[in-house]
Amino acid sequence: MTAKPQRLVFGEELVALGEANERIVVLDADVCSSTQTKLFKARFPGRFFTFGIAEANMVSAAAGFAASGCIPVVSTFALFIALRAGDQVRAQVAYAGANVKLVGGYAGLSDYADGASHQSVEDIAVMRAIPNMTVIAPSDITETRMALRAAIAHDGPVFLRLSREAVTEDYGPDHPFAIGKGIAVREGTDVTIVATGTLVPCALRAAGLLNAGGVSARVIDMHTIKPLDEELLVRAARDTGALVTVEEHSVLGGLGSAVCEALCARVPVPVLRCGIPDRFGESGSYAEILTRAGLDDTSICSAALRAVEMKRP
Amino acid sequence: MTRPEAARLARECRSLRNTIVDMIHAAQSGHTGGSLSCVEILWLLYARHLRVKPDDPAWPDRDRFILSKGHAAPALYAVLAARGFFGADALPTLRRTGSMLQGHPDMRKVPGVEMSTGSLGMGISAGIGMALAARLAGRDSRVCVLVGDGELNEGQIWEALMAARKYELSNLAVIVDKNDVQLDGTTQEVMPLLDVRAKFGSFGWAVRECDGHDIPRLDAALRWATGAAAGPVPRVVIACTVKGKGVSFMEGKSEWHGKQIGAEDYRAAKEELGK
Repeated sequence: MTAKPQRLVFGEELVALGEANERIVVLDADVCSSTQTKLFKARFPGRFFTFGIAEANMVSAAAGFAASGCIPVVSTFALFIALRAGDQVRAQVAYAGANVKLVGGYAGLSDYADGASHQSVEDIAVMRAIPNMTVIAPSDITETRMALRAAIAHDGPVFLRLSREAVTEDYGPDHPFAIGKGIAVREGTDVTIVATGTLVPCALRAAGLLNAGGVSARVIDMHTIKPLDEELLVRAARDTGALVTVEEHSVLGGLGSAVCEALCARVPVPVLRCGIPDRFGESGSYAEILTRAGLDDTSICSAALRAVEMKRP
Repeated sequence: MTRPEAARLARECRSLRNTIVDMIHAAQSGHTGGSLSCVEILWLLYARHLRVKPDDPAWPDRDRFILSKGHAAPALYAVLAARGFFGADALPTLRRTGSMLQGHPDMRKVPGVEMSTGSLGMGISAGIGMALAARLAGRDSRVCVLVGDGELNEGQIWEALMAARKYELSNLAVIVDKNDVQLDGTTQEVMPLLDVRAKFGSFGWAVRECDGHDIPRLDAALRWATGAAAGPVPRVVIACTVKGKGVSFMEGKSEWHGKQIGAEDYRAAKEELGK
Protein backbone atom coordinates (compact mmCIF):
# COMPACT_ATOMS: atom_id res chain seq x y z
CA MET A 1 0.00 0.00 0.00
CA THR A 2 1.22 3.49 -0.84
CA ALA A 3 2.28 5.52 2.18
CA LYS A 4 3.60 9.06 2.28
CA PRO A 5 4.09 11.73 4.94
CA GLN A 6 0.94 13.82 5.03
CA ARG A 7 3.05 16.99 4.90
CA LEU A 8 4.58 15.79 1.63
CA VAL A 9 1.15 15.04 0.16
CA PHE A 10 0.22 18.62 1.08
CA GLY A 11 3.42 20.11 -0.33
CA GLU A 12 3.00 18.32 -3.67
CA GLU A 13 -0.69 19.13 -4.00
CA LEU A 14 0.00 22.78 -3.21
CA VAL A 15 2.34 22.94 -6.21
CA ALA A 16 -0.33 21.37 -8.41
CA LEU A 17 -2.89 23.91 -7.22
CA GLY A 18 -0.38 26.71 -7.67
CA GLU A 19 -0.01 25.77 -11.34
CA ALA A 20 -3.73 26.21 -11.89
CA ASN A 21 -4.37 29.25 -9.69
CA GLU A 22 -2.12 32.29 -9.83
CA ARG A 23 -3.88 33.90 -6.88
CA ILE A 24 -2.30 31.39 -4.51
CA VAL A 25 0.63 32.73 -2.47
CA VAL A 26 2.40 30.78 0.26
CA LEU A 27 3.61 32.25 3.55
CA ASP A 28 6.05 30.40 5.75
CA ALA A 29 7.80 30.95 9.09
CA ASP A 30 11.22 29.35 8.59
CA VAL A 31 9.85 25.81 8.47
CA CYS A 32 9.30 25.23 4.74
CA SER A 33 11.72 22.30 4.74
CA SER A 34 9.60 20.71 7.45
CA THR A 35 6.10 21.53 6.21
CA GLN A 36 7.14 20.85 2.60
CA THR A 37 6.12 24.25 1.25
CA LYS A 38 9.72 24.27 0.01
CA LEU A 39 8.30 22.51 -3.05
CA PHE A 40 6.09 25.54 -3.79
CA LYS A 41 9.02 27.83 -3.09
CA ALA A 42 11.14 26.00 -5.66
CA ARG A 43 8.42 26.08 -8.32
CA PHE A 44 7.02 29.59 -7.66
CA PRO A 45 9.71 31.64 -5.92
CA GLY A 46 7.87 34.89 -6.68
CA ARG A 47 4.76 33.75 -4.85
CA PHE A 48 6.52 32.36 -1.80
CA PHE A 49 7.21 34.59 1.18
CA THR A 50 9.10 33.66 4.29
CA PHE A 51 8.53 35.78 7.37
CA GLY A 52 11.17 34.26 9.58
CA ILE A 53 10.31 32.94 12.99
CA ALA A 54 7.50 35.47 13.43
CA GLU A 55 4.12 33.78 13.13
CA ALA A 56 2.01 36.71 14.31
CA ASN A 57 3.42 38.95 11.59
CA MET A 58 2.93 36.19 9.02
CA VAL A 59 -0.75 35.63 9.85
CA SER A 60 -1.51 39.36 9.79
CA ALA A 61 0.33 39.73 6.49
CA ALA A 62 -1.85 36.94 5.11
CA ALA A 63 -4.90 39.03 5.99
CA GLY A 64 -3.39 41.87 3.97
CA PHE A 65 -2.78 39.57 0.99
CA ALA A 66 -6.36 38.31 1.19
CA ALA A 67 -7.74 41.86 1.36
CA SER A 68 -5.94 42.46 -1.93
CA GLY A 69 -7.43 39.47 -3.74
CA CYS A 70 -4.73 36.82 -3.20
CA ILE A 71 -5.38 33.41 -1.66
CA PRO A 72 -2.68 33.15 0.99
CA VAL A 73 -1.76 29.71 2.31
CA VAL A 74 -0.10 30.12 5.70
CA SER A 75 2.05 27.18 6.69
CA THR A 76 3.70 26.40 9.99
CA PHE A 77 3.19 24.08 12.94
CA ALA A 78 -0.45 23.87 14.09
CA LEU A 79 0.46 25.00 17.59
CA PHE A 80 1.97 28.27 16.39
CA ILE A 81 -1.01 29.14 14.22
CA ALA A 82 -3.59 28.39 16.89
CA LEU A 83 -1.80 29.72 19.94
CA ARG A 84 1.21 31.87 19.07
CA ALA A 85 -0.79 33.75 16.44
CA GLY A 86 -4.21 33.09 17.92
CA ASP A 87 -5.17 36.74 18.30
CA GLN A 88 -4.11 37.51 14.73
CA VAL A 89 -6.13 34.53 13.49
CA ARG A 90 -9.16 35.72 15.40
CA ALA A 91 -8.97 39.46 14.70
CA GLN A 92 -7.65 39.67 11.16
CA VAL A 93 -8.49 36.34 9.57
CA ALA A 94 -11.76 35.20 11.16
CA TYR A 95 -13.38 38.49 12.22
CA ALA A 96 -12.30 40.07 8.96
CA GLY A 97 -13.66 37.06 7.06
CA ALA A 98 -10.34 36.90 5.20
CA ASN A 99 -9.85 34.29 2.51
CA VAL A 100 -6.81 32.84 4.29
CA LYS A 101 -5.91 29.14 4.43
CA LEU A 102 -4.14 28.28 7.66
CA VAL A 103 -2.35 24.97 7.31
CA GLY A 104 -1.27 23.66 10.69
CA GLY A 105 1.31 20.92 10.28
CA TYR A 106 2.88 18.60 12.84
CA ALA A 107 -0.48 18.43 14.65
CA GLY A 108 -1.41 16.15 17.52
CA LEU A 109 1.49 14.06 18.77
CA SER A 110 3.01 13.64 15.30
CA ASP A 111 6.04 15.69 16.28
CA TYR A 112 6.56 12.90 18.76
CA ALA A 113 10.29 13.16 19.42
CA ASP A 114 10.27 16.92 20.03
CA GLY A 115 7.92 16.57 22.98
CA ALA A 116 5.24 18.72 24.57
CA SER A 117 6.65 22.09 23.44
CA HIS A 118 5.94 21.18 19.81
CA GLN A 119 2.95 18.87 20.10
CA SER A 120 -0.36 20.48 19.27
CA VAL A 121 -3.19 19.04 21.31
CA GLU A 122 -5.30 22.20 21.81
CA ASP A 123 -5.52 23.61 18.29
CA ILE A 124 -8.92 22.18 17.33
CA ALA A 125 -10.47 23.53 20.55
CA VAL A 126 -9.10 27.00 19.90
CA MET A 127 -9.84 27.17 16.20
CA ARG A 128 -13.37 25.82 16.35
CA ALA A 129 -14.31 28.32 19.07
CA ILE A 130 -13.59 31.18 16.68
CA PRO A 131 -16.59 32.36 14.62
CA ASN A 132 -16.30 32.12 10.79
CA MET A 133 -13.59 29.45 10.98
CA THR A 134 -13.80 26.17 9.09
CA VAL A 135 -11.76 23.34 10.67
CA ILE A 136 -10.70 20.32 8.63
CA ALA A 137 -8.48 17.34 9.55
CA PRO A 138 -8.14 14.98 6.57
CA SER A 139 -7.19 11.33 6.98
CA ASP A 140 -5.52 9.60 4.03
CA ILE A 141 -3.58 10.69 0.94
CA THR A 142 -6.66 11.12 -1.23
CA GLU A 143 -8.58 13.06 1.38
CA THR A 144 -5.61 15.32 2.13
CA ARG A 145 -5.46 16.32 -1.53
CA MET A 146 -9.20 16.80 -1.72
CA ALA A 147 -9.31 18.81 1.51
CA LEU A 148 -6.62 21.22 0.32
CA ARG A 149 -8.38 21.62 -3.02
CA ALA A 150 -11.70 22.29 -1.25
CA ALA A 151 -10.09 24.70 1.20
CA ILE A 152 -8.67 26.75 -1.67
CA ALA A 153 -12.03 26.72 -3.48
CA HIS A 154 -13.89 27.75 -0.30
CA ASP A 155 -14.29 31.52 0.10
CA GLY A 156 -13.31 32.26 3.69
CA PRO A 157 -10.97 31.27 6.50
CA VAL A 158 -10.01 27.61 6.78
CA PHE A 159 -7.80 25.81 9.28
CA LEU A 160 -6.39 22.61 7.77
CA ARG A 161 -4.87 20.31 10.36
CA LEU A 162 -2.12 17.98 9.14
CA SER A 163 0.22 15.38 10.53
CA ARG A 164 3.95 15.21 10.16
CA GLU A 165 3.75 11.47 9.66
CA ALA A 166 2.85 8.97 6.96
CA VAL A 167 -0.66 8.39 5.71
CA THR A 168 -1.79 5.64 3.37
CA GLU A 169 -3.95 5.77 0.29
CA ASP A 170 -7.23 4.33 1.55
CA TYR A 171 -9.75 6.14 -0.60
CA GLY A 172 -10.15 6.12 -4.35
CA PRO A 173 -10.69 9.06 -6.68
CA ASP A 174 -14.47 8.82 -6.22
CA HIS A 175 -14.19 9.52 -2.47
CA PRO A 176 -17.14 11.86 -1.81
CA PHE A 177 -15.30 14.65 0.01
CA ALA A 178 -17.16 17.88 0.70
CA ILE A 179 -16.51 20.39 3.48
CA GLY A 180 -19.00 19.87 6.31
CA LYS A 181 -20.12 16.41 5.16
CA GLY A 182 -18.81 13.50 7.21
CA ILE A 183 -18.46 10.14 5.51
CA ALA A 184 -19.60 6.76 6.85
CA VAL A 185 -16.67 4.61 5.74
CA ARG A 186 -17.97 1.45 7.38
CA GLU A 187 -21.55 0.53 8.19
CA GLY A 188 -22.57 -0.92 11.54
CA THR A 189 -25.50 -1.12 13.93
CA ASP A 190 -24.28 -1.50 17.53
CA VAL A 191 -22.00 1.49 17.99
CA THR A 192 -20.52 4.33 15.92
CA ILE A 193 -16.88 5.34 16.01
CA VAL A 194 -16.45 8.94 14.86
CA ALA A 195 -12.84 9.66 14.00
CA THR A 196 -11.01 12.60 12.50
CA GLY A 197 -7.66 13.07 10.81
CA THR A 198 -5.00 10.42 10.66
CA LEU A 199 -6.66 8.22 13.30
CA VAL A 200 -9.44 7.14 10.93
CA PRO A 201 -7.50 3.99 9.89
CA CYS A 202 -7.01 3.17 13.58
CA ALA A 203 -10.79 3.47 14.10
CA LEU A 204 -11.36 1.13 11.16
CA ARG A 205 -8.99 -1.43 12.63
CA ALA A 206 -10.81 -1.18 15.97
CA ALA A 207 -14.09 -1.78 14.13
CA GLY A 208 -12.53 -4.90 12.62
CA LEU A 209 -11.61 -6.17 16.09
CA LEU A 210 -15.14 -5.44 17.33
CA ASN A 211 -16.63 -7.29 14.40
CA ALA A 212 -14.54 -10.35 15.22
CA GLY A 213 -16.11 -10.20 18.70
CA GLY A 214 -19.63 -9.97 17.29
CA VAL A 215 -20.11 -6.19 17.70
CA SER A 216 -21.11 -4.27 14.58
CA ALA A 217 -19.41 -0.85 14.53
CA ARG A 218 -20.10 1.98 12.12
CA VAL A 219 -17.13 4.25 11.38
CA ILE A 220 -17.49 7.88 10.36
CA ASP A 221 -14.61 9.87 8.88
CA MET A 222 -15.45 13.30 10.32
CA HIS A 223 -12.86 15.24 8.37
CA THR A 224 -14.65 18.55 8.99
CA ILE A 225 -14.96 19.39 12.66
CA LYS A 226 -16.53 22.76 11.95
CA PRO A 227 -19.11 23.09 10.54
CA LEU A 228 -19.98 19.74 12.06
CA ASP A 229 -22.19 17.30 10.15
CA GLU A 230 -24.87 17.08 12.84
CA GLU A 231 -27.37 15.22 10.66
CA LEU A 232 -24.95 12.36 10.09
CA LEU A 233 -24.30 12.18 13.85
CA VAL A 234 -28.00 12.25 14.69
CA ARG A 235 -28.62 9.37 12.27
CA ALA A 236 -25.74 7.42 13.79
CA ALA A 237 -27.03 8.07 17.31
CA ARG A 238 -30.52 6.90 16.35
CA ASP A 239 -29.26 3.86 14.43
CA THR A 240 -26.59 2.63 16.83
CA GLY A 241 -27.46 4.22 20.21
CA ALA A 242 -23.87 4.84 21.34
CA LEU A 243 -20.80 6.63 20.01
CA VAL A 244 -17.06 6.80 20.52
CA THR A 245 -15.01 9.72 19.26
CA VAL A 246 -11.37 9.39 18.23
CA GLU A 247 -8.94 12.26 17.75
CA GLU A 248 -5.27 13.04 18.19
CA HIS A 249 -6.16 16.04 20.32
CA SER A 250 -7.08 16.81 23.90
CA VAL A 251 -10.35 15.31 25.09
CA LEU A 252 -11.24 18.90 26.03
CA GLY A 253 -12.70 21.00 23.25
CA GLY A 254 -12.02 18.92 20.16
CA LEU A 255 -14.08 16.53 18.06
CA GLY A 256 -15.35 14.67 21.13
CA SER A 257 -16.63 17.85 22.70
CA ALA A 258 -18.20 18.95 19.42
CA VAL A 259 -20.02 15.63 19.05
CA CYS A 260 -21.30 15.76 22.64
CA GLU A 261 -22.49 19.34 22.18
CA ALA A 262 -24.38 18.39 19.04
CA LEU A 263 -25.98 15.21 20.35
CA CYS A 264 -26.91 16.25 23.89
CA ALA A 265 -29.44 18.69 22.44
CA ARG A 266 -30.95 16.27 19.95
CA VAL A 267 -30.30 12.57 20.61
CA PRO A 268 -28.65 12.20 24.00
CA VAL A 269 -26.92 8.83 23.82
CA PRO A 270 -23.69 7.64 25.50
CA VAL A 271 -20.60 9.22 23.92
CA LEU A 272 -17.13 8.16 25.06
CA ARG A 273 -14.21 10.30 23.98
CA CYS A 274 -10.86 8.80 22.98
CA GLY A 275 -8.26 11.52 22.88
CA ILE A 276 -5.28 12.82 24.72
CA PRO A 277 -6.07 13.10 28.43
CA ASP A 278 -5.93 16.58 29.97
CA ARG A 279 -2.17 16.68 30.17
CA PHE A 280 0.78 17.73 28.03
CA GLY A 281 2.47 15.48 25.52
CA GLU A 282 5.89 13.90 25.89
CA SER A 283 8.85 12.76 23.84
CA GLY A 284 8.95 9.14 22.77
CA SER A 285 8.24 6.86 19.85
CA TYR A 286 5.07 7.84 18.03
CA ALA A 287 3.39 4.45 18.54
CA GLU A 288 4.26 4.39 22.23
CA ILE A 289 3.02 7.86 23.12
CA LEU A 290 -0.17 7.28 21.13
CA THR A 291 -0.75 4.09 23.10
CA ARG A 292 -0.02 5.84 26.38
CA ALA A 293 -2.73 8.34 25.42
CA GLY A 294 -5.17 5.51 24.72
CA LEU A 295 -5.11 6.06 20.98
CA ASP A 296 -4.54 2.54 19.69
CA ASP A 297 -6.78 -0.15 18.19
CA THR A 298 -7.41 -2.05 21.42
CA SER A 299 -8.09 1.04 23.57
CA ILE A 300 -10.63 2.28 21.04
CA CYS A 301 -12.13 -1.19 20.87
CA SER A 302 -12.51 -1.23 24.68
CA ALA A 303 -14.09 2.21 24.69
CA ALA A 304 -16.60 1.03 22.08
CA LEU A 305 -17.49 -2.01 24.18
CA ARG A 306 -18.01 0.24 27.23
CA ALA A 307 -20.25 2.52 25.16
CA VAL A 308 -22.30 -0.47 24.04
CA GLU A 309 -22.56 -1.57 27.67
CA MET A 310 -23.87 1.87 28.64
CA LYS A 311 -26.82 1.49 26.29
CA ARG A 312 -28.33 -1.13 28.62
CA PRO A 313 -30.90 0.38 30.98
CA MET B 1 1.28 74.82 0.53
CA THR B 2 -0.12 78.35 0.49
CA ARG B 3 -1.20 80.10 3.69
CA PRO B 4 -4.89 80.14 2.69
CA GLU B 5 -4.70 76.41 1.99
CA ALA B 6 -3.13 75.73 5.37
CA ALA B 7 -5.76 77.90 7.03
CA ARG B 8 -8.57 76.03 5.27
CA LEU B 9 -7.12 72.66 6.30
CA ALA B 10 -6.81 73.91 9.89
CA ARG B 11 -10.50 74.90 9.84
CA GLU B 12 -11.41 71.50 8.49
CA CYS B 13 -9.41 69.81 11.24
CA ARG B 14 -11.21 71.89 13.85
CA SER B 15 -14.52 70.82 12.37
CA LEU B 16 -13.41 67.18 12.50
CA ARG B 17 -12.44 67.60 16.16
CA ASN B 18 -15.93 68.92 16.86
CA THR B 19 -17.44 65.91 15.11
CA ILE B 20 -15.23 63.51 17.06
CA VAL B 21 -16.14 65.04 20.41
CA ASP B 22 -19.83 64.98 19.42
CA MET B 23 -19.63 61.29 18.47
CA ILE B 24 -17.83 60.17 21.61
CA HIS B 25 -20.10 62.28 23.79
CA ALA B 26 -23.20 60.81 22.14
CA ALA B 27 -21.86 57.27 22.50
CA GLN B 28 -20.88 57.94 26.11
CA SER B 29 -17.76 55.89 25.46
CA GLY B 30 -14.77 55.93 23.15
CA HIS B 31 -11.18 57.07 22.92
CA THR B 32 -11.00 60.84 22.75
CA GLY B 33 -7.31 61.50 23.42
CA GLY B 34 -5.89 59.30 20.68
CA SER B 35 -8.58 60.36 18.21
CA LEU B 36 -7.82 64.05 18.64
CA SER B 37 -4.05 63.54 18.34
CA CYS B 38 -4.23 62.10 14.81
CA VAL B 39 -6.74 64.47 13.16
CA GLU B 40 -4.20 66.36 11.03
CA ILE B 41 -2.47 63.12 10.01
CA LEU B 42 -5.71 61.49 8.87
CA TRP B 43 -7.16 64.53 7.21
CA LEU B 44 -4.02 65.42 5.25
CA LEU B 45 -3.68 61.81 4.11
CA TYR B 46 -7.27 61.55 2.92
CA ALA B 47 -7.61 65.11 1.61
CA ARG B 48 -4.26 65.37 -0.16
CA HIS B 49 -2.22 62.19 -0.45
CA LEU B 50 -4.15 58.93 -0.67
CA ARG B 51 -5.48 58.03 -4.11
CA VAL B 52 -8.93 56.78 -3.26
CA LYS B 53 -12.37 57.00 -4.85
CA PRO B 54 -15.06 57.45 -2.19
CA ASP B 55 -17.76 56.47 -4.71
CA ASP B 56 -15.82 53.32 -5.65
CA PRO B 57 -14.19 52.12 -2.41
CA ALA B 58 -13.15 48.80 -3.97
CA TRP B 59 -11.26 50.43 -6.88
CA PRO B 60 -8.37 47.93 -7.28
CA ASP B 61 -5.65 50.53 -7.89
CA ARG B 62 -6.48 52.61 -4.81
CA ASP B 63 -4.02 53.35 -2.06
CA ARG B 64 -4.73 51.50 1.17
CA PHE B 65 -4.85 53.05 4.62
CA ILE B 66 -4.83 50.98 7.80
CA LEU B 67 -5.67 52.47 11.17
CA SER B 68 -3.56 50.14 13.25
CA LYS B 69 -4.44 52.11 16.38
CA GLY B 70 -8.05 51.06 15.87
CA HIS B 71 -9.30 52.85 18.99
CA ALA B 72 -8.99 56.11 17.05
CA ALA B 73 -11.98 54.87 15.02
CA PRO B 74 -14.03 58.05 15.67
CA ALA B 75 -11.35 60.10 13.89
CA LEU B 76 -11.27 57.70 10.94
CA TYR B 77 -15.07 57.62 10.67
CA ALA B 78 -15.27 61.42 10.77
CA VAL B 79 -12.65 61.67 8.02
CA LEU B 80 -14.23 58.97 5.83
CA ALA B 81 -17.61 60.68 6.13
CA ALA B 82 -16.06 64.05 5.31
CA ARG B 83 -14.52 62.51 2.18
CA GLY B 84 -17.91 61.09 1.18
CA PHE B 85 -17.37 57.35 1.76
CA PHE B 86 -20.68 57.36 3.62
CA GLY B 87 -23.18 59.90 4.88
CA ALA B 88 -22.45 61.99 7.96
CA ASP B 89 -25.84 60.90 9.31
CA ALA B 90 -24.18 57.60 10.33
CA LEU B 91 -21.72 59.34 12.66
CA PRO B 92 -24.02 59.75 15.68
CA THR B 93 -24.64 55.99 15.63
CA LEU B 94 -21.08 55.25 16.80
CA ARG B 95 -21.06 52.24 19.14
CA ARG B 96 -24.86 51.89 19.02
CA THR B 97 -26.43 48.46 18.68
CA GLY B 98 -26.75 47.60 15.01
CA SER B 99 -24.53 50.44 13.78
CA MET B 100 -21.88 49.85 11.13
CA LEU B 101 -19.68 52.14 13.22
CA GLN B 102 -18.38 49.61 15.70
CA GLY B 103 -16.18 50.71 18.59
CA HIS B 104 -13.20 49.63 16.50
CA PRO B 105 -13.15 49.58 12.66
CA ASP B 106 -14.77 46.64 10.88
CA MET B 107 -13.76 46.37 7.22
CA ARG B 108 -16.82 44.24 6.48
CA LYS B 109 -19.19 46.95 7.62
CA VAL B 110 -17.74 50.37 6.79
CA PRO B 111 -17.02 51.59 3.24
CA GLY B 112 -13.43 52.79 3.07
CA VAL B 113 -12.13 50.77 6.02
CA GLU B 114 -9.40 48.55 4.58
CA MET B 115 -8.60 46.37 7.59
CA SER B 116 -10.39 45.42 10.78
CA THR B 117 -8.29 46.59 13.71
CA GLY B 118 -8.51 47.06 17.43
CA SER B 119 -6.16 44.48 18.86
CA LEU B 120 -2.95 46.48 18.71
CA GLY B 121 0.25 45.86 16.81
CA MET B 122 -1.18 44.14 13.73
CA GLY B 123 -1.61 46.92 11.17
CA ILE B 124 1.89 47.16 9.72
CA SER B 125 1.90 43.40 9.16
CA ALA B 126 -1.37 43.56 7.24
CA GLY B 127 0.08 46.47 5.29
CA ILE B 128 3.04 44.29 4.35
CA GLY B 129 0.65 41.74 2.85
CA MET B 130 -1.10 44.48 0.88
CA ALA B 131 2.16 46.03 -0.30
CA LEU B 132 3.49 42.65 -1.46
CA ALA B 133 0.18 41.86 -3.18
CA ALA B 134 0.30 45.20 -5.01
CA ARG B 135 3.84 44.52 -6.19
CA LEU B 136 2.88 41.00 -7.29
CA ALA B 137 -0.04 42.35 -9.32
CA GLY B 138 2.05 45.16 -10.77
CA ARG B 139 -0.25 47.75 -9.22
CA ASP B 140 1.12 51.14 -8.33
CA SER B 141 -0.91 51.37 -5.14
CA ARG B 142 0.68 52.46 -1.91
CA VAL B 143 -0.06 51.35 1.61
CA CYS B 144 -0.08 53.67 4.58
CA VAL B 145 -0.40 52.54 8.21
CA LEU B 146 -1.00 54.70 11.25
CA VAL B 147 0.29 53.33 14.55
CA GLY B 148 0.28 54.80 18.02
CA ASP B 149 3.45 55.15 20.05
CA GLY B 150 1.99 53.12 22.92
CA GLU B 151 1.26 50.48 20.31
CA LEU B 152 4.99 50.19 19.65
CA ASN B 153 5.10 48.14 22.88
CA GLU B 154 3.75 45.21 20.88
CA GLY B 155 6.42 42.78 19.71
CA GLN B 156 4.67 42.17 16.42
CA ILE B 157 5.51 45.74 15.37
CA TRP B 158 9.20 44.86 15.35
CA GLU B 159 8.59 41.60 13.50
CA ALA B 160 6.85 43.69 10.85
CA LEU B 161 9.63 46.27 10.65
CA MET B 162 12.14 43.53 9.87
CA ALA B 163 9.93 41.96 7.22
CA ALA B 164 9.11 45.27 5.49
CA ARG B 165 12.81 46.03 5.19
CA LYS B 166 13.61 42.50 4.01
CA TYR B 167 11.07 42.83 1.20
CA GLU B 168 12.24 46.38 0.39
CA LEU B 169 8.70 47.72 0.56
CA SER B 170 9.14 51.19 -0.84
CA ASN B 171 5.35 51.25 -1.35
CA LEU B 172 4.73 51.03 2.40
CA ALA B 173 4.64 54.02 4.71
CA VAL B 174 4.09 54.06 8.46
CA ILE B 175 3.06 57.13 10.42
CA VAL B 176 3.65 57.07 14.17
CA ASP B 177 1.18 59.21 16.12
CA LYS B 178 3.70 59.98 18.83
CA ASN B 179 1.58 61.57 21.51
CA ASP B 180 3.75 60.26 24.36
CA VAL B 181 0.78 59.02 26.39
CA GLN B 182 -0.89 55.62 26.64
CA LEU B 183 -3.73 54.22 28.72
CA ASP B 184 -2.03 54.00 32.09
CA GLY B 185 0.35 56.91 31.87
CA THR B 186 3.09 58.41 29.74
CA THR B 187 5.01 56.16 27.40
CA GLN B 188 8.04 57.04 29.48
CA GLU B 189 6.37 55.61 32.59
CA VAL B 190 4.70 52.58 31.04
CA MET B 191 7.41 51.39 28.67
CA PRO B 192 10.14 53.82 27.65
CA LEU B 193 10.65 53.88 23.89
CA LEU B 194 13.93 55.73 24.14
CA ASP B 195 15.00 56.93 20.70
CA VAL B 196 12.18 55.88 18.36
CA ARG B 197 13.88 57.47 15.39
CA ALA B 198 17.05 55.48 16.00
CA LYS B 199 15.06 52.30 16.51
CA PHE B 200 13.32 52.59 13.13
CA GLY B 201 16.61 53.59 11.56
CA SER B 202 18.37 50.55 12.93
CA PHE B 203 15.65 48.37 11.38
CA GLY B 204 16.62 49.84 8.02
CA TRP B 205 13.72 52.24 7.54
CA ALA B 206 13.99 55.75 6.14
CA VAL B 207 12.84 58.07 8.92
CA ARG B 208 11.50 61.62 9.14
CA GLU B 209 10.23 63.39 12.19
CA CYS B 210 7.87 66.35 12.30
CA ASP B 211 5.27 68.20 14.32
CA GLY B 212 2.07 66.24 13.72
CA HIS B 213 -0.12 69.31 14.11
CA ASP B 214 1.92 71.71 11.94
CA ILE B 215 -0.02 71.40 8.72
CA PRO B 216 2.60 72.55 6.16
CA ARG B 217 5.41 70.52 7.80
CA LEU B 218 3.27 67.43 8.28
CA ASP B 219 2.06 67.73 4.70
CA ALA B 220 5.63 67.78 3.42
CA ALA B 221 6.52 64.73 5.51
CA LEU B 222 3.50 62.81 4.24
CA ARG B 223 4.35 63.77 0.68
CA TRP B 224 7.82 62.37 1.26
CA ALA B 225 6.42 59.17 2.80
CA THR B 226 3.86 58.44 0.10
CA GLY B 227 5.66 59.96 -2.89
CA ALA B 228 8.13 58.46 -5.35
CA ALA B 229 10.50 56.01 -3.71
CA ALA B 230 13.94 57.33 -2.95
CA GLY B 231 15.28 53.81 -2.48
CA PRO B 232 14.27 50.23 -1.82
CA VAL B 233 13.25 50.83 1.77
CA PRO B 234 10.02 51.44 3.67
CA ARG B 235 9.45 54.90 5.10
CA VAL B 236 8.23 56.13 8.47
CA VAL B 237 7.11 59.54 9.65
CA ILE B 238 7.31 60.10 13.37
CA ALA B 239 4.62 62.70 13.91
CA CYS B 240 5.02 64.36 17.30
CA THR B 241 1.54 65.08 18.54
CA VAL B 242 -0.41 65.98 21.66
CA LYS B 243 -2.90 63.51 23.05
CA GLY B 244 -6.30 65.19 23.29
CA LYS B 245 -5.10 68.02 21.02
CA GLY B 246 -7.50 70.96 20.78
CA VAL B 247 -9.17 70.58 24.16
CA SER B 248 -6.84 72.07 26.77
CA PHE B 249 -8.01 70.03 29.73
CA MET B 250 -7.60 66.79 27.77
CA GLU B 251 -4.17 67.57 26.36
CA GLY B 252 -1.41 65.25 27.50
CA LYS B 253 -3.66 63.50 30.01
CA SER B 254 -3.72 59.70 30.08
CA GLU B 255 -7.11 59.80 31.84
CA TRP B 256 -8.58 61.07 28.55
CA HIS B 257 -7.39 57.95 26.73
CA GLY B 258 -10.82 56.43 27.04
CA LYS B 259 -12.91 58.38 29.52
CA GLN B 260 -16.60 59.19 29.06
CA ILE B 261 -17.24 62.82 28.21
CA GLY B 262 -19.62 64.19 30.81
CA ALA B 263 -22.08 67.05 30.19
CA GLU B 264 -19.90 69.76 31.69
CA ASP B 265 -16.71 68.62 30.00
CA TYR B 266 -18.62 68.39 26.73
CA ARG B 267 -19.78 72.00 26.98
CA ALA B 268 -16.27 73.17 27.86
CA ALA B 269 -14.72 71.14 25.03
CA LYS B 270 -17.18 72.49 22.47
CA GLU B 271 -16.53 76.01 23.61
CA GLU B 272 -12.80 75.58 23.10
CA LEU B 273 -13.34 74.02 19.70
CA GLY B 274 -15.42 77.03 18.72
CA LYS B 275 -18.78 75.47 18.18
